[in-house]
Amino acid sequence: MQIDVNFIRNQFPLLHQEVNGNPLIYFDNAATTQKPKVVLDAIQRYYEIDNSNIHRGAHTLADRATQQYEETRESIRAFIGARESAEIIFTRGTTEGINLVAKTFGSTFIQKGDEIIISTLEHHSNIVPWQMLCEQNGAVLRVIPITDAGELIQEEFEKLLSPKTKLVSIVHASNALGTINPVKRIIDAAHAVGAKVLVDGAQSASHLEVDVLNLDCDFLVFSAHKLYGPTGLGVLYGKRELLEAMPPFLGGGEMIREVTFEKTTYNTIPFKFEAGTPSIAEVIAFKPALDFITSIGKSNIHRYEHDLLKYTVELLQDVKGIIPVGTAAEKIGVFSFNIQSMHPFDVGQLLDAKGIAVRTGHHCTQPLLKRLGLEGTVRASFAVYNTRAEVEVFAQAVTKIAKLKNK
Amino acid sequence: MSTITDIQDEIVAEFEILGDDRESTIFYIMELGGNLKPYPEDFRKDEYIIKGCQSTVWLLAEEKEGKVHYLADSNTDITKGLISLLIRVLNQRSPKEILEADLNFIPRIGMGNILGSQRSNGLVAMMNQMKRYALAFQTKQKA
Repeated sequence: MQIDVNFIRNQFPLLHQEVNGNPLIYFDNAATTQKPKVVLDAIQRYYEIDNSNIHRGAHTLADRATQQYEETRESIRAFIGARESAEIIFTRGTTEGINLVAKTFGSTFIQKGDEIIISTLEHHSNIVPWQMLCEQNGAVLRVIPITDAGELIQEEFEKLLSPKTKLVSIVHASNALGTINPVKRIIDAAHAVGAKVLVDGAQSASHLEVDVLNLDCDFLVFSAHKLYGPTGLGVLYGKRELLEAMPPFLGGGEMIREVTFEKTTYNTIPFKFEAGTPSIAEVIAFKPALDFITSIGKSNIHRYEHDLLKYTVELLQDVKGIIPVGTAAEKIGVFSFNIQSMHPFDVGQLLDAKGIAVRTGHHCTQPLLKRLGLEGTVRASFAVYNTRAEVEVFAQAVTKIAKLKNK
Repeated sequence: MSTITDIQDEIVAEFEILGDDRESTIFYIMELGGNLKPYPEDFRKDEYIIKGCQSTVWLLAEEKEGKVHYLADSNTDITKGLISLLIRVLNQRSPKEILEADLNFIPRIGMGNILGSQRSNGLVAMMNQMKRYALAFQTKQKA
């Protein structure tokens, strides 16, 4: 299918503005994506018509809100190919999802001397919760090394695997470099030694096919705001038997079956993990975001964004002073780079002057940058509403900046 | 020697020539960084880094014949340019002059608008650190 980018752009009100006197070019999609009108309308409609607390109310509004809330859960189930919607837990985001697994699965099933494997490519949110767990219970954190191109070294990973490995927590696509990891192979190898696998889908869920049954991952986490949905909302998928065996995360309303001062019994999944009033409007507005993605098709989105990446590389590869960072064979639409003799902050500020929004710095992956011997990079990350014309303006601006110090 | 007020007026006039062109303004600030004297490598240590800046800024001050001399460096060109402006205004003045200085050129050239809030907070942190050095020298002079 051919992407009609003008049709798509017209659905995103925010894109149609000038920044610093230039048409906005939004290339910071790995940080967060913009929201289509259908998502904005859903939030508005919820507060104007349906606002009510869910699950307990005995009135019509509560019923309507609950129904829409649960419809989103079902949409997510279908979106990731899970068996049942009870395996879909709403969280505040990817970070909370990983912390939830560390605090509940980790503290119950990972003991002193057990090992957790992550990779050099991880975002801090897939490092720190495991370090906290290891400090608490004496487990050991192991790290899969990478090549200079930013790809995992599969043989090294396999050497790290042993019966001591209890969990492999791995990013599907790197936020800093764009590398797509061979998660299916990683999952199969981990399962062979009896380890469970958490897939951090923060960067992959909106660009790649993520089918939890096909992958056979034990946990999957991602954030709605990177899938054209609202902020403050994330998804944790877990296999039923694991979620049932795990203790609750937060205690409070909604997650209980019965409370007495002597003992509390817990609700069934997914509600066991959803204490307190959730982000109801955000959940409800996430459904149209998923529908938006599905209507275009993820393989079309990935192909389109990959073409933008290819075009960027083509326009910039021969420019003196440009140093691409992360040149893996399989990548999502992320172009990370540096300019010789320039700090990424300065490059970002100069691009901003032209209305071009990129991310600069360490991208919450300090250990990765340290491994690559860098302080930071400039990162352009694409979404389905970006255009080849925008890539041309970006490449021109970057070329001009590169010439400052590389004559 | 021109007063602090004179130099600030000069800077404001220079930036006025650049007008609203944000890109040219940033290029100009980056060029100004070239005016900084070389920073001594022996003092490129954590204790000379100014806290509160997103970029790394090293600042060193010494007192000679009652005047404060500043040396500074940064890992980013824009920040180097900014600190060169502060040094241009405050260098080789008495601690009293530095402490009493009303550094109005920063809002007058619309720095917050050009650089965004994070970088202008960094600029304030640099200015405060320069004043802190001056205060330390003043206290020493009085003692």
